[in-house]
Amino acid sequence: MAEIKTMAKKSWFLPAILGIVLVAIPPFVGGYIQHVFILIMMWITMATAWNLLGGYCGQVSFGHAVFFGLGAYGGGLLYLHWDISPWCGMITGPLLAIIIGIPIGLICFRLRGPYFALALLALGETFRIVFTNWVSVLGGACGVVSSRTWGAEKLPYYYIALAIAALSIYVVYRLMHSKLGYYFVSIREDQDAAEALGIPTTRYKMYALIPSAGFTGLAGAIYMNYMAYIDPEVVFNLAGVSIMMILVVMIGGAGTLWGPVLGATIFIILSEVLRAVVDPIVGLPVSYLIFMVLACLLIMFLPDGIIGDWGKIKRAFTRKKPAYLGGE
Amino acid sequence: MALFGQTFITGILIGGIYAIIAIGMTLIMGVMKIINLAHGALMMVGMYVCVVLFASLGLHPYLSMIPAMIILFGIGYALQKYSIDRVFRIETILPESQVLLTLALGLGITEIIRLIFTSDYQCTYTPFSAKCFYAGGMSISQPYLVGFIIAMAFVAGLHIFLSRTDLGHSVMATAQDRDAATYMGVNAGRITNFTFGLGTALAAAGGAILLPIYYVFPDVWHPYLAKAFIITILGGMGSTVGALSGGLLLGVAESFGATYWSPGYRDVVGLIIFLLVLLFLPGGLKKVIGR
Amino acid sequence: MAYLDINHVVRKFGGLVAVNDITVGIEQGEIFGLIGPNGSGKTTLFNAINHYYPPNSGEIVFKGMPITHKSTHEICQLGIGRTFQVVKPLRRMTVLENVMTGAFLRTGSATEARDKALEVLDFCELMQRKDMLGKDLPIADKKRLEIARSLAGEPKLMLLDEAAAGLNPREIDAVMAVVRKIRDSGITCFVVEHVMKFILGISDRMMCINFGSEIARGTPKEIASHPEVIKAYLGEEYAKGK
Repeated sequence: MAEIKTMAKKSWFLPAILGIVLVAIPPFVGGYIQHVFILIMMWITMATAWNLLGGYCGQVSFGHAVFFGLGAYGGGLLYLHWDISPWCGMITGPLLAIIIGIPIGLICFRLRGPYFALALLALGETFRIVFTNWVSVLGGACGVVSSRTWGAEKLPYYYIALAIAALSIYVVYRLMHSKLGYYFVSIREDQDAAEALGIPTTRYKMYALIPSAGFTGLAGAIYMNYMAYIDPEVVFNLAGVSIMMILVVMIGGAGTLWGPVLGATIFIILSEVLRAVVDPIVGLPVSYLIFMVLACLLIMFLPDGIIGDWGKIKRAFTRKKPAYLGGE
Repeated sequence: MALFGQTFITGILIGGIYAIIAIGMTLIMGVMKIINLAHGALMMVGMYVCVVLFASLGLHPYLSMIPAMIILFGIGYALQKYSIDRVFRIETILPESQVLLTLALGLGITEIIRLIFTSDYQCTYTPFSAKCFYAGGMSISQPYLVGFIIAMAFVAGLHIFLSRTDLGHSVMATAQDRDAATYMGVNAGRITNFTFGLGTALAAAGGAILLPIYYVFPDVWHPYLAKAFIITILGGMGSTVGALSGGLLLGVAESFGATYWSPGYRDVVGLIIFLLVLLFLPGGLKKVIGR
Repeated sequence: MAYLDINHVVRKFGGLVAVNDITVGIEQGEIFGLIGPNGSGKTTLFNAINHYYPPNSGEIVFKGMPITHKSTHEICQLGIGRTFQVVKPLRRMTVLENVMTGAFLRTGSATEARDKALEVLDFCELMQRKDMLGKDLPIADKKRLEIARSLAGEPKLMLLDEAAAGLNPREIDAVMAVVRKIRDSGITCFVVEHVMKFILGISDRMMCINFGSEIARGTPKEIASHPEVIKAYLGEEYAKGK
């Protein structure tokens, strides 16, 4: 909680400069860089959304791919069955994610800690299997193919993704500075104490879940429109979506506002560099492995992320002795 | 009628094999109170050890099981000691970082195997693999039956180990109350490392049993990890009897699901059971569901 | 009808009867003390009132309204605050934020919650700690934080579970002063305690329980010299000796 205050006080100056760069630069860079920017914006949205429920409210979900996939299919199914433009998915996708998310929350929020995480994991896998097998209604393993509205032009997609990312950060910011924010964190810190303070914990967990599912679904919807192709293996993917969302938040720092942003940026740039530069050099597809190794090291040594463990990082570089014995 | 019987028996047999895969996980979970999501990947490594020994020395998986178990014991021990233990007791914002670490380790190990062996399917085909028993109009696969027997032997052996030996008692003590065990002179750290190694070795055994029935590729472990976890929750953490009954139950349920619903949905049966158990089963699971 | 009526409450855990048919009425504005040896069922009784472990049978009525089947947070909203025996600070929030969380019960505005929280911190003499993180507080301040946080929700009745446990004599005096202040501001207090100096010194009326059942009731003076109480705490010989 203290981090929010310091981060906000550190002035909006740097983000403002960044904002201007993000708006003005993209028209002048090549298609590949624009693609990378779009991915970054998408992942910022997803990470910020996950962080609201997982980092701030303490309900760690290992199955957020459910909401991403539903967001994507919200538009995809409209196109598949009734030839409606996937752009309607920008509304129906998040809506579907929220509508399905509510019963999921009501049922699963009585579980604590790792059991909640794994119940969501099981749900994610269930959705993946069902969407893969139920060909008549959901399209099956072939997925949904649509056509790109603006052809090869990436810029419009970028600005939409940017707007969504900015909106998600803003919404989380406002939530965390209101009564809901305090309640979310208290539920994370000690659910029993929160109940004794008059907080209906299940209800407030839902208040965190709804924007979380909604924005994740929105990211899925933009993915559908941008890629013009989705299939269950990709959008409901455990390692590639659900787990990656968590790792991305962890890199930057869970429970902070800019942690997810930092994490998403590092993640995308790192994976592109690994794929495009390191793999050709080594001759083998090692990028995923390197990523996992880095993830392990991250969890072992910087579990609160770059922002959360900033003190640790500073100390490592200045090589000062800690002020007190006994580690952290 | 014969179909029913065959479905049921096949379910029991495969269930016993699931049990031996799960029993390592429930042991680890009982002692360390963390969910080890690397369990599946480690089982897969055990399978590859058997494949290599089969290809180079012609050893049948039932024999190469032994060296595989020893190797995997070592790998498990090392992983726990040098990596997982670090996050075991640290307080972080995301308490689930331990679970996440095991998952990242599992995925990383999978990638290493993929680089060495590629994603190709490999199997250890012996004439034995395809043989069946025939009885009362039902056909029962031999590898299933033999695998089941071996699995039961391991379960029995583990049970005896835990309940009759000093080391086994130390493991149970650490599982029940780590601090109390320490005050009684149990080196909880070493026991934890040992248990992780033991659980991993049992996973390797399960993989070796699975090899004649199935084939192996780097991602083979995904559904088995899920099954192991379902069984662990079904049967209660740290309980060998629980793992056995949970395994049999899951095996039978899956078998019926595959026969009478659809083979594609086989794995969904387990997931649904998992969710139902998590949400509605009282008893040992009350600890899981809040106060 | 008392302010808080506990009628024939029973709470079992499997075969163990932790609270065995307890009946007592707490009057408005008093400090009522509950003592008993370890394991006698004191905290379980609180848990029953608070709906953490709801009663198996019996009724609890607050200000004329039955609350036996209401959920924990509803009970708090109705005006019963509670502190915990094993303190539960919201560790990664500052003291001020902790108390604000309590204050949000009565308001939706962050500014109002902040003002209320500062007021309560002043009342409980925790002002100098207001920017410290919950996890960094010493035990005495953690206990005070428990009280302050609950107070910020403007309760009418407070359940104080071993508020003096683990404190040194000077700290105990300080907590006693705070509890008296709380009562003087109009809040009824139901106090569970082991520290005799604290509870005998502060209670208007008291009850002693053992093995889940009531064994004595009366003023602090009566309780302190009651043979059953002495027997429960010190054993048969002391009771006979007295």
